[in-house]
Amino acid sequence: MKPNVKSVENQVEQVSDYADSKLTSMEYVGLAVKEIEEKKRDKLKSGYLERENILAYILVAPAVIILVLFIAYPFVLGVWLSLTDKTVGHEGSFVGLQNFRNILKSQIFLQTVQNTFVYTGVATVLKLVFGLALALVLNRQFKFKRLVRASMLLPWIIPTVLSTLAWLWMFDATFSVFNWILVHLGILKRGLVWLGDPHLAMVSVIIVNAWRGIPFFAISLLAGLQTIPPDLYEAADMDGAGSFAKFWHITLPMLMPVLLVVLIFSVIVTFADFQVVYVLTRGGPSNSTHLFATLAYQVALASGRLGEGAAISLFMFPFLLLVIIVQLWYIRREQ
Amino acid sequence: MNDTNIQANPKQEDKEVTYPGIEGGLTRRQFIKTAGLIAGAALTEGALVATTPKIAVPAVIKGTRLHLLQWSNFVPPADDEIRRQAAEWGKQMGVEVTIETINANDLQARIASAIESGTGPDIVQMLHNWPYLYASGCVDVDDVAEKVEKMYGGFYKQIRDVSFVEGRYKAVPYHIVGAAMTYREDWFKEVGVEKFPDNWDEYRKVGKMLKDKGRPFGQTFGHTFGDAPAFAYPYLWSFGGKEVEEDGKTVALDSKETLQAVEFIVALWKDVFDETGLSWDDTSNNRAFLSEQISCTLNGASIYFVAKKQYPELAKRINHAVMPAGPAGRFHYHVTFEHAIMNYSKNVEAAKEFLLFLMDKPNFYKWFEIAEGYSVAPGPDHENHPLWQKDPRMLAFKDIGKLGHAIGYPAPPTRSASEALSKYIIVDVFARAIQGESPKKAIEWGASELRNVYKS
Repeated sequence: MKPNVKSVENQVEQVSDYADSKLTSMEYVGLAVKEIEEKKRDKLKSGYLERENILAYILVAPAVIILVLFIAYPFVLGVWLSLTDKTVGHEGSFVGLQNFRNILKSQIFLQTVQNTFVYTGVATVLKLVFGLALALVLNRQFKFKRLVRASMLLPWIIPTVLSTLAWLWMFDATFSVFNWILVHLGILKRGLVWLGDPHLAMVSVIIVNAWRGIPFFAISLLAGLQTIPPDLYEAADMDGAGSFAKFWHITLPMLMPVLLVVLIFSVIVTFADFQVVYVLTRGGPSNSTHLFATLAYQVALASGRLGEGAAISLFMFPFLLLVIIVQLWYIRREQ
Repeated sequence: MNDTNIQANPKQEDKEVTYPGIEGGLTRRQFIKTAGLIAGAALTEGALVATTPKIAVPAVIKGTRLHLLQWSNFVPPADDEIRRQAAEWGKQMGVEVTIETINANDLQARIASAIESGTGPDIVQMLHNWPYLYASGCVDVDDVAEKVEKMYGGFYKQIRDVSFVEGRYKAVPYHIVGAAMTYREDWFKEVGVEKFPDNWDEYRKVGKMLKDKGRPFGQTFGHTFGDAPAFAYPYLWSFGGKEVEEDGKTVALDSKETLQAVEFIVALWKDVFDETGLSWDDTSNNRAFLSEQISCTLNGASIYFVAKKQYPELAKRINHAVMPAGPAGRFHYHVTFEHAIMNYSKNVEAAKEFLLFLMDKPNFYKWFEIAEGYSVAPGPDHENHPLWQKDPRMLAFKDIGKLGHAIGYPAPPTRSASEALSKYIIVDVFARAIQGESPKKAIEWGASELRNVYKS
């Protein structure tokens, strides 16, 4: 066992204090007792702060209050609204599951469900693949590494509406820069109608969402990569592992916890996305790009049917809950 | 300044006496006094009118505040004029008036939160049929609306229909931004067309000639709140198609008239229209027209106004016309603007006075002149205004208001009609057919969605 250096130092200090103080030993002890008693009294005064079970609640309280005010209350209100026929300015009355039954009869809604899954699925895969690739590249040593890392965050930092407006121009039917390039390179005879064709419109909104989300994946995964101890790779090198084997057996498993958290966030945010679609297509053409959030917004605000709008957005909840449960369960099992 | 108003409206009640501008105030009061038309309404105000020789400010509104929320006008100087008028009125009345302008797209969210929280602007500018959507949050304004109605020789049908909710005026009709066929006169002449096509068959014929020369017509069928419904609804009506019967309950889209309209749009799409139109928003056709890609599009006067400022040579080649007629007649759908006073407002009296001031003809017409006919008055009175003599290219907008109908036509423009509009159901029936779905199936889809909306 190592000698406790600190306590030895302490004792030395005390002894030298005593030596310097020119007090008798009894006086010195008396002062010390007094000090202890004072400390005890202070402790009594602030007793409830010292008791961990109370202090814990106090420290957690602000977070809980914020959660209740801004998450739980709106959520409960949303559930209640979805069970009423409330419109703006009218107290709604309870209608049970009528709104949900109505919505399920609407083909626009069914198409929205399909759109949302396609949008979330494809965009998330793209973000994951490109984000991971980018993280692996950025994890290497090269010139201007910091500058590149910082500038890569730009799509993520610029307000979504602004950058999406720029994309809107790039997809413009008449002035699309993509079309200009494709036509001038001789690849196409005439430009594509990016936002006017149902499939191309979906491709377009997915591209923009992925473009915006890739930096988030890349930076988070880069942080994860840097926590992997280099000696694992050295050991693998000794065993003659190739770079794919190293990625598959070391990088990926070690990255899994970070990867899952990033995935959870991304799926939730993409599933509930609003801005990209609202700016680019407003759900068109003929509803081929409507998502839950954009449809709910139109029904709830443009026609004032708050109950029905709430019901549409609540349809997101079971799916998101499932995602969270599965992923949290996985993370817990890993630990 | 107000003299014109007096002559035009000798039969005003005493309550109205208190609002107008300083210059004509005295003469005006004397006029009304001598005319002996003071009908006793609110006693205090009556007393004020009878005893004070100068401008009477209703005691109830002096020292109060008034907040008006409206869109940022596409003609910015028009907003400056409103601010100037508000300041002028505020000074006279001792009322602090705030004019707030925001993007038209954000108005509905603001209105909804204002009504739900019971606090916000005293007066809110509404568009389209919003008075129907927010009727329970608005004060009855029959008194103001009826006075304005008299001033402007009645209201145009569309703007009356959206403001008059179940027997009461829930908003005061304000102005109409008319949509007209904006076309290249020079290119039309090149193919031997002197006059804009009067019906859809001619429209198709002319359009085909121009598209063959690489100068198609342009029309959006995307999800965009202005231009898409402004074309789709009146086009459908002109064939005799309708989304719902007059009762506002029985969905009536599935008809041979609708079928005819949808089949014809597929032909138009192929023969006449620029095929990128499915992606267009409200600004795309402006850009396409100004960059000389298309020869005709339905729009407000904004294309012409921009051309006049930036491309004067092009402006000389632009003209406007009403929409072609169909078998069932000629129709239009315009963007209408109304002012509603919210019922949480603690200053309803001042709000009413202020709206009367804004709608007072000298004030309104000053604003109207600044907007150069981009907006027209809610009633036909403006049709005799000298402004229309100034620019023959704007003439089509003069009486376009008469042709306007509200969404849901022939039923009232209810919340369900709004939901149908906001879900772009009518627009999408056409869009689906254009994208290759059979017209019958597209109509069936629309009818089933409409039944869902109308809960029938």
